[in-house]
Amino acid sequence: MASTAIRFGEGGARPPAFPDRRIPPRAGVGLKPEHWAGILETKPDVGFFEVHAENYMGAGGPPHRWLAEIRSRYPLSLHGVGLSIGADGPLDRDHLERLAALIGRYQPGLFSEHLAWSTHEGVFLDDLLPLPYTAQTLARVADHIDEVQERLGRQMLLENPSTYLAFAESTFSEIDFIAEIVRRTGCGLLLDVNNVHVSSTNQQWDPVRYLDDYPLAAVQEIHLAGHAREHDDEGRPLLIDTHDRPVDASVWALFVHAIARLGATPTLIEWDAGVPAWPVLQAEAERADAIIRAAQRTEPRRAARG
Amino acid sequence: MQRAADRQRELAAALLDPARAVPPGLVGPDREPSPRRFAVHRNNVAAGLTNALAAAFPAVRRIVGEDFFRAMARAHALAEPPASPVLLDYGGGFPAFIARFGPAAPLPYLADVARIERAWSEAYHAPEAEPLGPAALAAIPADRLAEVRLALHPSLRGVRSGFPALTIWRMNVAGGVPAPVDLDSGGEDVLIVRPAAAVEARAMPPGAPELVAALAAGQSLADAMLAALGADPAFELAVNLAALIGAGVFVGWGLERKRA
Repeated sequence: MASTAIRFGEGGARPPAFPDRRIPPRAGVGLKPEHWAGILETKPDVGFFEVHAENYMGAGGPPHRWLAEIRSRYPLSLHGVGLSIGADGPLDRDHLERLAALIGRYQPGLFSEHLAWSTHEGVFLDDLLPLPYTAQTLARVADHIDEVQERLGRQMLLENPSTYLAFAESTFSEIDFIAEIVRRTGCGLLLDVNNVHVSSTNQQWDPVRYLDDYPLAAVQEIHLAGHAREHDDEGRPLLIDTHDRPVDASVWALFVHAIARLGATPTLIEWDAGVPAWPVLQAEAERADAIIRAAQRTEPRRAARG
Repeated sequence: MQRAADRQRELAAALLDPARAVPPGLVGPDREPSPRRFAVHRNNVAAGLTNALAAAFPAVRRIVGEDFFRAMARAHALAEPPASPVLLDYGGGFPAFIARFGPAAPLPYLADVARIERAWSEAYHAPEAEPLGPAALAAIPADRLAEVRLALHPSLRGVRSGFPALTIWRMNVAGGVPAPVDLDSGGEDVLIVRPAAAVEARAMPPGAPELVAALAAGQSLADAMLAALGADPAFELAVNLAALIGAGVFVGWGLERKRA
């Protein structure tokens, strides 16, 4: 750790009561260790921070010291990347307990996880792996979400995936699959607009129609991120969800469309690899905020909401 | 119809073994098989785990270079993938893997540098505890000092090396400047602890590793001193205790026998 002028409070067992639990309907930024110190020093004007839950599952140490300080100044959203909700096997109960402990400690305004699997028979594969959309997988995912929401005592948000391939055995469209999960479990949705663009390009769907058909009433958060462009065996574009660059122009355009439909919605800038200097992230957040504000001006009915 | 469990088993096996054929029924938008699309996931798995190891072992990476490190880390990740999604815990088996990894044999100190980095990571994420200062330890009745048992900081780790592994590690972390090292200059024993926010690593004098190990095992101070004297007949308890107190190693003391 570099030395810093910031003084830490007591690292303690007793969780403090944090203010501002609610995530405001504006832009937030994914919190990275590179920016811990600078955020406390400069107090940038962003709506909230989001962390990957698994990065704060150590027993103690600097990650918790920094997160506690930042959480005392900003609303926090917790984003899990390892619960493997789409796994056919049982949920990892130990991991669910770790999530419950983190939620108890930091009182995040939102908790989200992925429509994906990442663990199989005790091996963690460190990728958000796709699942076929069938009645069998739907029942399993719904059971897992029921278990998560019951244990955590709160609603979770489910994020739509970036997909690179399709399963020959799928019998549901992705949107019908997700809508049915919402209907069965009452979970909310995290709409990743970059994932909509990536999947739509890779699967040759119309991304605007995807958004229009999506169960938007359940959406409580949006993710924006950058992607890489490659090609498949046939030379067709194959976009990769890399989170290592600015949000693409095509994704900003889709975001404008999504916000026009949704009204002001908490929107996260995700940048997880090759993390840039803070001003780059802040500029992305300001761009998202400008779009959200413009939508509020043109939709007074929505802007007047709660 | 294929069961979902069988589908995931088949996919997981293919993800961890590049020699396996791409499972059937994974298709592109034309409903035809597309190996390049499955390769994205194979690459994600290997790259994700390799990146986790690269973040946790920066000195090893700097010593061997990016290409060598990625090949070695990938071999480890596919052979011993993590059992938990908490990747900050991943890498416990990497030092032993390096020790067995044939291409790394010309760098016999490399596994010990990896052990230091692993100990550093464990200390970084260890539970919080408040170290005792000299005043708190002065409260121990002088006539019972021999039988006192000292509780060690939960972040405390020790690494023993037959090489100057601490010197090599320091040269290869941020701010370090690599320079020639005489590998025959003797071993270094390393004490790693995080008394507050920062992880600290320091060399231990002869006898200190035995003292700390005996205290960690719940032995009395007298028995721990005997263990240290067995390693170094010139071992001085007062000097070593003062150094350990200064390092923030002790978090409590008691006069009852500690149960192992």
